[in-house]
Amino acid sequence: MPSLGADMEHGKVVEWLVKPGDYVRRGDVVAVVDTEKAMMDVETFEEGVVAELLADVGATVPVGGPLARITQTPAAAPAPEPRAAAAEARPAAPPPVRHLAHRLGVDTGRIRGTGRSGAVTRSDVEHAAAAAAVPPVTVPAPVTVPVVPVVPGPAPRPAPRTASGAEREETGRIRSSPRARWLAAELGVDLAKVPGTGPDGAVTESDVRSAVPAAAPAAEPEPRPAGPQPAGRAPEAVPGADRAERAERAAGLRHAIGVLMAKSKKSIPHYYLSTTLDLRAAVGWMQEVNARRPVSARLVPSALLLKAAALAAREVPEMNGFYTNGAFRPSDSVHLGVAVALRRGGLVAPAIHDADSLPVDALMEQLRDLVARARGGRLQRAEMADPTITVTNLGDLGVESVFGVIYPPQVAMVGFGRVSEQPWAQDGMLGIRPAAVATLSADHRVSDGLRGGRFLSVIDELLQKPEEL
Amino acid sequence: MNELDARTAVAAAIGKVAPDVEEADLEDSARLRQDLELDSLDFLRLVQVLAEDAGVDIPERDYAKVATVGGLVGYVAAHAAA
Repeated sequence: MPSLGADMEHGKVVEWLVKPGDYVRRGDVVAVVDTEKAMMDVETFEEGVVAELLADVGATVPVGGPLARITQTPAAAPAPEPRAAAAEARPAAPPPVRHLAHRLGVDTGRIRGTGRSGAVTRSDVEHAAAAAAVPPVTVPAPVTVPVVPVVPGPAPRPAPRTASGAEREETGRIRSSPRARWLAAELGVDLAKVPGTGPDGAVTESDVRSAVPAAAPAAEPEPRPAGPQPAGRAPEAVPGADRAERAERAAGLRHAIGVLMAKSKKSIPHYYLSTTLDLRAAVGWMQEVNARRPVSARLVPSALLLKAAALAAREVPEMNGFYTNGAFRPSDSVHLGVAVALRRGGLVAPAIHDADSLPVDALMEQLRDLVARARGGRLQRAEMADPTITVTNLGDLGVESVFGVIYPPQVAMVGFGRVSEQPWAQDGMLGIRPAAVATLSADHRVSDGLRGGRFLSVIDELLQKPEEL
Repeated sequence: MNELDARTAVAAAIGKVAPDVEEADLEDSARLRQDLELDSLDFLRLVQVLAEDAGVDIPERDYAKVATVGGLVGYVAAHAAA
């Protein structure tokens, strides 16, 4: 179960899109997961054959817990092997045998068949499995998927590939076993604070356990009030259950938001700034452009505001990145989180990737798509997991200004208020211009008011030349 | 288009854009943004649906006239082809 957002603790499997025996490539969507915020597609980080589904539809799985086992195929294994074509030239094992092989984690491509014309038989598979059981890694190691580190930190983009945990230290991450990471997430333990006793100082499962009384005096004592869901309920349950389910979802979402925001306010020293944006040029340009366009291609002011915020985030890198393990790491790309109010209550903040380099029209299109899917409850994992800065555009529904709460581990939240006509004094003259209040909530551990002010003034400057956005 | 047809078209379009809005909430005085909580993207989609389904094109300069359900019904009735 991958982490689909900093606040996610577990997810419910709603649908499997693959079955045992299916061949999957890295990046294939394999399942749909309900995270209380939205239904999300989960992709695999492994290539190979689905050996076994470890979670039934309806089952709730903690972040880091295994969802399925994927066995690498000869084609995917690193060793120079007879290529797929050669393997296919041999008589394939009959389906029941392949099924058995998957269950036992045996790769039929590597077994010499003793059946008719060299076909692999049931007993060949059993022999191979027995042989493999003694030294555990003579067959390609079965791999759980997807295992994601739950170190509080930026989105795990290239997620760790294997369950062995042997090859993941480069990026200054904490060495730890998948089991330890999973347990740490379960118990609310910060891996960074746990002294490791494993090989090369890796944090082991028992290290995590012994850290519990010290690190977590009363970390999140309340298990979800409803407790685990009854398994096996179909997503499209009887209509009567619909309302109750929606209410339950809303309550779950509210709880998740509450936990995350409390964490933000406890750990991030926020400071707040605001400035009024002169939108005469931007709104004038947009109206002129829209007048020539069909409805489907029209822009809304939000698209211009978002683009300006993304460019400003690139210009003032202290606003764009993640604060983890006591240090700020700026991000090279700007993945702009957009807070979307859900019609049934609550909100989600999925990302528009590389928003700083998208033309305004493309950004507008993505915004429409993202909001529609967020409200429809269908987002992708990467969108939820990796915004580097978030914008809330509550002004769209009428408020004058909004001072947001930063989504950890991000370090800034930008707010845009309502675009409205306001009296505007300039050069001793009073006129009327469209204007909006832009606000910034930023993390004092990373920046201070001077840089924050710079960020807001860059947004204002950019909006004076809307055609260049 | 007569007013009854226009009302039906508007109700159907709002139903598409915001399925959770109850039919009973669609009083003439209901404001799309404040009362029905349609944001600018919802509104744009609403304008698009009305263009596709009812054949009424609402240019941006007329947005202020269609800020309420009643205003929208009146606009559609006046501008629809048939």
